[in-house]
Amino acid sequence: MADLLVEFFHWAFGMTLAPDLATILGIVAGILAIVLPLLIVVAMSVYMDRKVWASMQMRRGPNVVGPWGLLQSFADGLKLFLKETIIPASANKFVFLLAPGLTFLLALVGWAVIPFDAGMVLADLNVGILYLFAISSLGVYGIILSGWASNSRYAFLGALRSAAQMVSYEVSIGFVLVTVLMCAGSLNLSEIVMAQKDTFLGVNGYWFTPLFPMLIVFFISALAETNRPPFDLPEAEAEIVAGYQVEYSSMAFALFFLGEYANIILMCAMTSILFLGGWLPPFEWEPLYLIPGWVWFFGKIFFMFFVFAWVKATVPRYRYDQLMRLGWKVFLPLSLLWVVLTGLFLLLTDKIPA
Amino acid sequence: MIYTLCFYLFATITVFSAIMVIASRNPVHSVLYLILAFFNSAGLFVLLGAEFVAMILVIVYVGAVAVLFLFVVMMLDIDYSEMRKGFQKYLPIGGLIGLVLLAELVLVGFGWGLGGPVTSDPATAIPALSEMTNTEALGSVIYTKYIFLFQMAGLILLVAMIGAIVLTHRKRPGVKKQNINKQVMRRREEAFEIVKVKPGQGLG
Repeated sequence: MADLLVEFFHWAFGMTLAPDLATILGIVAGILAIVLPLLIVVAMSVYMDRKVWASMQMRRGPNVVGPWGLLQSFADGLKLFLKETIIPASANKFVFLLAPGLTFLLALVGWAVIPFDAGMVLADLNVGILYLFAISSLGVYGIILSGWASNSRYAFLGALRSAAQMVSYEVSIGFVLVTVLMCAGSLNLSEIVMAQKDTFLGVNGYWFTPLFPMLIVFFISALAETNRPPFDLPEAEAEIVAGYQVEYSSMAFALFFLGEYANIILMCAMTSILFLGGWLPPFEWEPLYLIPGWVWFFGKIFFMFFVFAWVKATVPRYRYDQLMRLGWKVFLPLSLLWVVLTGLFLLLTDKIPA
Repeated sequence: MIYTLCFYLFATITVFSAIMVIASRNPVHSVLYLILAFFNSAGLFVLLGAEFVAMILVIVYVGAVAVLFLFVVMMLDIDYSEMRKGFQKYLPIGGLIGLVLLAELVLVGFGWGLGGPVTSDPATAIPALSEMTNTEALGSVIYTKYIFLFQMAGLILLVAMIGAIVLTHRKRPGVKKQNINKQVMRRREEAFEIVKVKPGQGLG
């Protein structure tokens, strides 16, 4: 996609601008083409999240602002935008303001390598999956820094919990990624998607394969990685009020909030790409290919997001030691074992991708 | 042009943040600058076409090692003026070590320029980037020719890890731990007893 835009800018402005400048403009246009819709999707996903919880708890949810309450998120955003930014007197000002910006930035940066359709990707990296893993492992800094810079006990407790939690679950996510990329034989996200074509009786994605348990492990780890319930101990409004977000108000808080949701959608996209076949239709049936790939991809993200909301609406919060036990004593050995089993399986059935 | 710009951007920030690591007064800021230095070196690796090394640098150093650094440094309660007290005393020995390192770096630079045996006779020919991604290239060398060295490095790390755990792990008496198996296996009969209490008598 970026290549096309770059070409377009060369064609349109090649005469008047330096070629390098046209290239940069093309790339910036590509970035905007992803980020602007993403922000709207984030706003709408907050609305969807609230509507799903509401229906599960037999409430109405947001229904006042706009038709069916559709504009609720925008009203909330406007409200936050108009509020005063309060910086605590004893806070470390620079780091305090850096943290929400970092969270938001990292949540957007990850989208650079996500393939929305065949060839529809901003940066088709050879190591796309490692890039995503690196970006998601950086996410912990926003929280740790905000907790430290706030100079508040609750915020610091939240930051410490979050740091330990995210580092722990990253380990199992890493091993799950290894199982997937052993089967796909590539670190490139587009190739990982193509490797999921027709895995079992014409079904695309790793639904009916031995990799399915890893989908569950990945999904639960993704919940922990994004601090979603039942793993939202860093926020835990009942014990440490709102953890690392305690001291934040106005836009700084809004950036945390948006970053959190952008991260959740990124995790949904990652799940769809790694396990559910990305932009491929669910079954190998020719008419299904008439629907463009990105529609299937968005559908899968939508489905995963619904499951995220579903989990939040139905399960209670974990206790901290149970959370650590699940990460280190259950998921880590399980995913490690699965790496060995997958390797053995590929070796014995002679299916190692070239 | 973009390439050169990127190089100078990454290189300048790397050097600047490396200086700030030792120059900044607040240790947390030092760690943050260290992270920035790691990140920009990863950028330099990407420019060199070594994308795998760049990503691993970010994942391992920034994503894990530096988090632990930050963790520890944030918990410390340091009196900064107290820490700076002995600075003058250690200046000679610190300066000496610095000089030795500088001399070595210069020697390495000269060695590179003169084209010693290292550059003219690489241990293993690395295929061109157009033929093989560097993840594949690294894998095909590490898991074949250097498999024993690679495994040995892994074992040493494992031993270090187990050693650290054994050294610091202590069993304290009187700690209440949850035994989930026992919890789940508990039956109603063990858990509670129904007693008929006569009015005005109590259980005795």
